[in-house]
Formats: sequence, C-alpha cells, structure tokens
Amino acid sequence: MSVDTATVRRIAGLARIAITDDEAARLAPELGNILDWIEQLGEVDTAGVEPMTAVIPNHLRLRDDVVTDGGVRDKVLANAPQAEHGFFTVPKVIE
Amino acid sequence: MTALTDLGIAAIRNGVRDGDFSAREVAEAFNAAVAAARPLNAFLVETPDHALAAADAADQARAAGETLRPMAGVPIGMKDLFCTKGVPTTAASHILEGFTPEYESTVSQNLWNAGAGMLGKLNLDQFAMGSSNETSYFGDVISPWRRNDGGNAPLAPGGSSGGSSSAVAARIAPGATGTDTGGSIRQPAAFVGISGIKPTYGRCSRWGTIAFASSLDQAGPMARDVRDCAIMLEAMAGFDAKDATSLDLPVPNWEGQLNASLAGKRVGIPKEYRVDGMPAEIEALWQQGIAWLKDAGAEIVDVSLPHTRYALPAYYIIAPAEASSNLARYDGVRYGLRDLPDGANLQEMYARTRAEGFGDEVKRRILIGTYVLSAGFYDAYYTQAQKVRTLIARDFERAWEVCDVLLTPTAPSAAFALGEKSADPLAMYLNDVFTVPSSLAGLPAMSVPGGVDASGLPLGLQVIGKPLDEQGVLNAALAIEERAGFTARPAKWW
Repeated sequence: MSVDTATVRRIAGLARIAITDDEAARLAPELGNILDWIEQLGEVDTAGVEPMTAVIPNHLRLRDDVVTDGGVRDKVLANAPQAEHGFFTVPKVIE
Repeated sequence: MTALTDLGIAAIRNGVRDGDFSAREVAEAFNAAVAAARPLNAFLVETPDHALAAADAADQARAAGETLRPMAGVPIGMKDLFCTKGVPTTAASHILEGFTPEYESTVSQNLWNAGAGMLGKLNLDQFAMGSSNETSYFGDVISPWRRNDGGNAPLAPGGSSGGSSSAVAARIAPGATGTDTGGSIRQPAAFVGISGIKPTYGRCSRWGTIAFASSLDQAGPMARDVRDCAIMLEAMAGFDAKDATSLDLPVPNWEGQLNASLAGKRVGIPKEYRVDGMPAEIEALWQQGIAWLKDAGAEIVDVSLPHTRYALPAYYIIAPAEASSNLARYDGVRYGLRDLPDGANLQEMYARTRAEGFGDEVKRRILIGTYVLSAGFYDAYYTQAQKVRTLIARDFERAWEVCDVLLTPTAPSAAFALGEKSADPLAMYLNDVFTVPSSLAGLPAMSVPGGVDASGLPLGLQVIGKPLDEQGVLNAALAIEERAGFTARPAKWW
C-alpha cells in the first residue's frame, strides 16, 4: 500500500508531531514499506477467532473505595517544565 | 585470587556471607570498573554511592550476626527504563532529559529490599525501541566483543537492553535488569554471551517502568549464568497491587529447585524456526543444543507452530499501537522537555516538543501505531493482529500437549556491526523473529550462551516454557549451560 505525503502529514497531525516537508517525503516510502510488510496478516483466516485481550488468564481485582495516596502536589509538579501557584502552566488557550 | 569483578551474583552473595571479602570491597571494585569502561557507553548515570551504601548495609548486617538478605552485597546495573527515586531516568530519550523521578519502580525497590545496590543507570534503545542500541539519544552502546578477524569494527550489543548486556559481558556489573517487549532481554544476551530470562507476563510488576507496549513489556534479569538469573528474578518478581496485570502468585524458590536433569521431560523443536538465510553455524548450534538436552535425559519431539511467520507483522502492529498510546503522555506539560517557540499556542507546543524530543525510530513507531489505530483502519490492522495473536498463543497451547519446553536459536545471526542494519528498519525488525512469538503469548523464555561462531562471536539458544513454568525454562537452560561449557569472554580493549 502506498503512503503519500498528505497521509503522513495527517497521521503526524493526529500524533501531535511536527514534521517538515523533507521529513514527510522521507517518511512516506518508509512507512509504506512497513505497512506493505504487515499487510501479509490479511492472508490469515481469522474467521471465528476472538481477538486476544489477555495473554495470561488473570482476574481483575477490586479494592475498597478509599483514598490510598495523594497530598503530594509538590512531587507531582517537581518535574514540570513550568509550574506556577501549584499548577502546571501552558500557553494561553482561551483568548 | 580471582578478581572480584570476575565473580557473578551467587559467588558474591556467598563470599560476602562467608566473609571471604566484604561487600564494600566488591562495590569498590565494580565502581572502579564502571568508571574505567566509559568507552563502552553502557552507563548513562553512575551511582557509586548507592552501591557503597547497600554494601555497607550488608557488611553491617553480617557484623551484627543478622541473616543476610538474598542479594546482600551484590551491586547491579539498572536499565534506565526503571524509575529510580532521585536518580535521573530518561529511557535514553531527549524528551525525558532532566526527569528525576519522585518515586521508585516496584522492580528496583524489590531489588533494593533484597539487599542489592545500584552501580548506575544503563543505556538502552530509546524507549526500548530497537535491536542494536543505536537509537539512544545518548549515543550507541558498544559491545565489548570484537570479531577475531583483527578488525576493530564496533559491534552492536543487541537491544534494547544493550547497556545491560554490554556491562555484564564486560564484567563491570555482575548482573543487570533488562526489559523485554519483543526480545529485548534475550537478543542482547545472545549477542554478548550471557544469560537472560523474560518471565511469564505479569510476574514482574510494570509499575514505575517506563511503558512501551503494555501488553508485552516484562522485566527480567541479565547475568552471567542461569543460577544468577534465578537469584535475581526471585528478587525482582512478585505481586504488586499497583499493576493491574500483576499476577497474584507466590514467587517460587527458583534457585533452590534448579535441576539440570531432564529425565522424563519432552523438548519440542518447532520446524518453523528455520528461516531463509540463517547462517549454517546457527543451525549447527541448534542441533548441538538438541544433543545436549538428549544427553540431559530429555526426549526430543518435533512440533509445529504454524502461525510463527505472522508473529513479526502482528507484533509490529500491536507494539507500535500501544506505544503510540503510551507515548501520548510526553506533551511538554508535566515532565521533561518543552519546546515553546515565541508566540506558539498549546497545540504547536505539543507538536514541537514531540518533534524535538523523540528520535527517528520512536517517531516511526508512533506514526505506524497512530495509522493502524486510525478511523477506518482499526479493524483491518489492529483487530486482525490481535486475532492472529490468539492463533499464535493457540499454537503454543497445542505444542504443550506434547512437550514441556521448546528449544530454538535466540537470534537469526550473531552480533552485527554498528551501522550495518540501521538504515533499514525492516531488516532490523527481523532480528526479533525468534523472540517475538513467545512475547505475544506472554510465555517465559530465556537465552543461554551455546558457543561462538567462526568470527569468535557468541551465539545463544532460547528455551521457551509454559505459562508460569520459569523453573522448567531455567532447568533446561542449566542443562545446556553445563554441557556448553561456555567460557569465551571478550578481551579488554576499553
């Protein structure tokens, strides 16, 4: 399956990764090759086969609905590129 | 007397316990070896004080007559995918440069609780995506091995746990943690002539381990021999309420039950693990491995795993899909890098930060993952891959009706030179052809050194076991180890 640069741009947009025209041109055949190769999965007859959801049978646990952590605001913010007044800060989103 | 850095985990543990040497002497010897081996680029951060503190605790416990903890006095290397409190953790990426966790991963905490100390944080392929350790933002790790042709071509230590493999093979760490998503413990172990085991999915907690593909990621030990792996895996494994997929089962005493006699055991040889272009030496080693296991008392049976050839393409849908989701968290807001050009808005900040912070291979996988999950393609790619995954797991279940473990080569080649495959992503992906199927099925699997090729480079054999049967895997690997008598080691050039 061929991938064109418009598709690469659309996917990169969905993935929130800025790419240049040169990168899009380089990535198009690269991604096309990889997708061509994974296309071969289409030849496997999977009629009536359930998709895998868990590799090892395991039960989902429940716990009591109580607070088990918290009160660590400064630790949560410690690695933020920018934090002010106890919050993460980002560029203005509402004019 | 043997140099302390020539000792493995069991020998160090026993020597400290018996008073043959102090844990501090061991830590100092390894700290010095780490500092002297910087040309390997195996360590991203050195933490000599951590190793010394654990050693002093072990020495004091012994002096006080206390029973020593299972890894007391053993310094190890920690793959830089495990969050370590107060010690920078980057996953070898630019986007996490400067990130210093406020918490400790469960696996690393388990090791410290067992008395181990940390020599430092080990380099890896960026976000554990790669098979040669060439995708690290902080430079390639170099294998301590060289071909015997007199050339000095730097060789790949395998990946993604390339810092771990290089450090253990170079004897600058007696053991190291690895993580394995599609072969990232076993292939690097094979490339450098050491042992490494990926346990059953769920044995080791994923909490605090930087996520790549959550349905596949498993931590495991890499060490010089099978016993050392058993000791270290016991320390790493265990139920953890903080990981929803953690198995609530007791950790067996794997070391105590090591037994190289395979009488009554059946070893399956899957015919699909012969691939085009595989070197004759690897086929020969496989046959040798079969003979060794027969000699250990096992019965050999031919088995078929018919969907093997679809494992790699299924993996390269599932793993990138999960990665594209997991790596969405790197947005320049909460931790790590932020790239905010003047006047840029929030969306531009996200896109610029991620463009700047992720390497090429990481971007490639995020884009593939985003594509296969995007509207209109989800069923054709992702759902189909998960169905094929069911078929692959079913192949193994059928095999377990006639055998107890499987024996295969670990990798389709010996270590290649750095740069030899990095231009072609698909050629690189094919390295994992023998390790990926068991990852997709969540099975325990181990690589153990079997011999060397004509260039003098190590080759590994892989043992795959039933779910939760790490013991069967370790025992078959031990039977190989005892017969292979693998003593080759790289000459020191660094």
